[in-house]
Amino acid sequence: MQLVIFVIAAAVIVAGALGVVVSANPVHAALSLVATLFGIAVLFVAQDAHFLAAVQVIVYAGAIVVLFLFVIMLLGVDRSEDLDTEPLGGQRPAAVVAGILLVGVALVTLFLTHRDLDRVAIGARSVVGRLTDPSEDNVSKLGHALFTDYLFAFEITSVLLIIAVVAAVVLARRASRTMGAPEAASDDRAEVVE
Amino acid sequence: MVELVWLIPALPLTGFLLLVFFGRRIGEPLAGWLATLLCGGAFAATVVVFAGLWSKPEHERHFQQVLFDWLPAGGLKVQLGFLVDPLAITMALFVTGVGTLIHLYSIGYMHGDPKFSKFFLYLNLFAFSMLMLVLGNNLLVTFLGWEGVGTCSYFLIAFWFTDEANASAGKKAFITNRIGDWGFMVAMFLAFATAGTLTYFSNGSTAGLLDEVTIAHLPAYTTTAIAALLFIGAVGKSAQLPLYVWLPDAMAGPTPVSALIHAATMVTSGVYLMTRISPLLAHGYTWLPALIAVVGAVTALFAATVAIAQNDIKKVLAYSTVSQLGYMFLAVGSGAYVAAIFHMVTHAFFKALLFLGAGSVIHGLHDEQDMRRMGGLRKYMPVTAVTFIIAWLAIAGVPPFAGFWSKDDILLAAWAHTGSALWQVLWFVGFVTALLTAYYMSRQVFMVFFGEERFETEGEHAVHPHEAPWTMLVPLVALGGLSFVGGGLNLPFNDSIQFLDRWLAPVVEATQRPLDVAGATQAGLAIATAVVSALSILVAARVYLQHKARAIEPELFARAWYYDESISAFVAGPGGEAFERIAAFDRGIVDGAVNGVATLVRAGATKLRLAQSGYVRNYALGIAVGALILVGLFIGRAV
Amino acid sequence: MSVVLADLHVTETWYLVLGALLFTIGAIGLLVRRNPLVMFMCIELMLNAVNLTFVSFARALDDIGGQVIVFFVLVVAAAEVVAGLGIIVALMRKRPGATADDISILKG
Repeated sequence: MQLVIFVIAAAVIVAGALGVVVSANPVHAALSLVATLFGIAVLFVAQDAHFLAAVQVIVYAGAIVVLFLFVIMLLGVDRSEDLDTEPLGGQRPAAVVAGILLVGVALVTLFLTHRDLDRVAIGARSVVGRLTDPSEDNVSKLGHALFTDYLFAFEITSVLLIIAVVAAVVLARRASRTMGAPEAASDDRAEVVE
Repeated sequence: MVELVWLIPALPLTGFLLLVFFGRRIGEPLAGWLATLLCGGAFAATVVVFAGLWSKPEHERHFQQVLFDWLPAGGLKVQLGFLVDPLAITMALFVTGVGTLIHLYSIGYMHGDPKFSKFFLYLNLFAFSMLMLVLGNNLLVTFLGWEGVGTCSYFLIAFWFTDEANASAGKKAFITNRIGDWGFMVAMFLAFATAGTLTYFSNGSTAGLLDEVTIAHLPAYTTTAIAALLFIGAVGKSAQLPLYVWLPDAMAGPTPVSALIHAATMVTSGVYLMTRISPLLAHGYTWLPALIAVVGAVTALFAATVAIAQNDIKKVLAYSTVSQLGYMFLAVGSGAYVAAIFHMVTHAFFKALLFLGAGSVIHGLHDEQDMRRMGGLRKYMPVTAVTFIIAWLAIAGVPPFAGFWSKDDILLAAWAHTGSALWQVLWFVGFVTALLTAYYMSRQVFMVFFGEERFETEGEHAVHPHEAPWTMLVPLVALGGLSFVGGGLNLPFNDSIQFLDRWLAPVVEATQRPLDVAGATQAGLAIATAVVSALSILVAARVYLQHKARAIEPELFARAWYYDESISAFVAGPGGEAFERIAAFDRGIVDGAVNGVATLVRAGATKLRLAQSGYVRNYALGIAVGALILVGLFIGRAV
Repeated sequence: MSVVLADLHVTETWYLVLGALLFTIGAIGLLVRRNPLVMFMCIELMLNAVNLTFVSFARALDDIGGQVIVFFVLVVAAAEVVAGLGIIVALMRKRPGATADDISILKG
């Protein structure tokens, strides 16, 4: 059963990923991304990360990809990109080589250093808290960890989100006073700071 | 009394400063009298210090006075200090004495010159520098004086610089001296590097360069090297071969300058330096003193041959000076330092007198310097003639005048040297030079003061020779007297009357070569020299007075063996090419290396700049590759 | 055949390999595509690969810490997307149809 789930989810993921990379139309790429994200969510569930699966769907597939689509539509960059030409010479071959080496290195690390492929994770177990404790469900466990051990980081991330909002507002503002001047945006930014 | 040594250079320095600021306002003749007075004051101070030194017992005649710390630089501590010992005071005595007489003479000689006060300003500065040279207690103060006299020599030779020949002569003197100065400087570096000090004798804590304890620790090649480098300096300053070329040209300066600087004082500083560092010479290899003696003897002979064919009254005396200096170096090389100093003192007397007399003649004939247009002047300038003749007899080595005794001491030292047969050969060279000296000086006297009058008395170039004013005659008379009795300083007959020998003993007795020669040999050599001198005078009389024999004045001698020409040819030809190549090496390789580094950096940067393509994707690729390398490194280390 | 298949157990290694593969695809896509938005999506792919790896290790080591990290990665990814898209919007307004290659003023 596990195997079936894994294979199907993996196939979806890889197909979606390839779709993102290969699609000429950005809207198609965004939709392929959604497929990948769903596949990831399924694998999260398969690995007892229920809360994260939910959050993945809600935040990533639900909010972020929708944001992408908004921007695509807003700016009208839905025109297809010319995938056949590559203005930077040697970029494509170099990229492919780099990519293959990247995965090669990762796999080589895996297979060269661990005899027993079944037990790859050899670090300290249960440092923060036990995952498979049957007394609590996944959400509770996560909540415990977040609000005790990682409280400071949690609060900081809330600050981070506020900064992100402010950044979005500031960056996307139209130049109000002087029309067409490229430097006007920076003037606006300066005003906000004071 | 000895503590007043600082006064000796201070007085001429004051004169210099006063004349720099107020000279033109003071004007003629007050500027001259001021300068003479201050130089005379220096002489008086020297006499006082001398008396103070003499009153001390023999082995305590050594006094150092430090004014201030001059150069405390890391490991090198140099003070501005004075050393008062018999050698220094002897030098100071005749420098200030003869200097004062020449200052007095110049008042008359430079009468009417528009730059009158400037002349005395330079003379006082020169006196100051020379006194710093002889009174300094370390090599650097001596070097200060050394450079100072070189500079003043340049100023004074090129005094009438509006004539380009004079300016060139000044430059020639300065540049040739510079070559010698290089030797001096490297010697100072070496002395500091090996012995750690430049001071001559210990002064408080550290041992001096010339102290026994320091020299004993230095290897022979070090002391030889230092002495040899200082000798190079001396060769430049004292106009020996191969750096003598500036002295004949220096006659372009006013005659008092020739008398003071190029006869009596500056050119003797090389001999003084060699005598001062005699401990280093004694401790080194024996080939160096032999080399010094050979250079001296060869120079003496060379210059004497050239002098017999010169027609300018001052040029004869210039080459004569080079020749006599050669004698002094012969003495230094033979280890007879007392003889060298003795000859230096007597030479100062009679050579200064000769130059001043020549100046009187030139002055009396309205700037005529060619001896072929003189003659029979003894009728018109009696005082000049008599004093000139006294000097002539002294330099020709006719007893009982001063030159005979001092020259004889030197020749004796050469003959009695116990080294190889080289020394007897050097004696012979000196002997022949004495012969030539008597000959050319007699020639000069006969051409100028005797015989028919060859100057014009009518027409537009008429000259009416007249005697010089009293300001010029007093120094002549004084020096004449000194040339007559000067030999009394060191008569060889009895040890008790060898005043100079006993006086200088504390300084040089450790390094002086003892003379072990029978009295009969001594007398024989002296008589031989005297006889030969007399014969030369007779031959010269036959040629130039009675005109019964033909004059021997070959072109080779007249052109100084084409020495100047060969230097010019060398510098223009192969020498110039070699220098050009060295300069090209400096420009191309040394400068090129430095500039090349900059060029290389720029070229590298230009190539590296291409990595900044501006494209984000290229940068991302770079990041990916970098991450790859890092991961590879970590895996490599783990695996 | 089914017997052999049933014996195959999905260990964490499989997930790790999948994560590596996903990461590589994302990396290549980032280097090859010129459309800024598509490049951004490739970045999201890479982040997701990392999330997958962390969750796998959380399960293998029986540690909730892995999932906590994924949580934070998610938050940061969201914030990053917001800021990144803001920049793209600001940029694209001036030059419509610009690609990543057109923004090369910082050429050395």
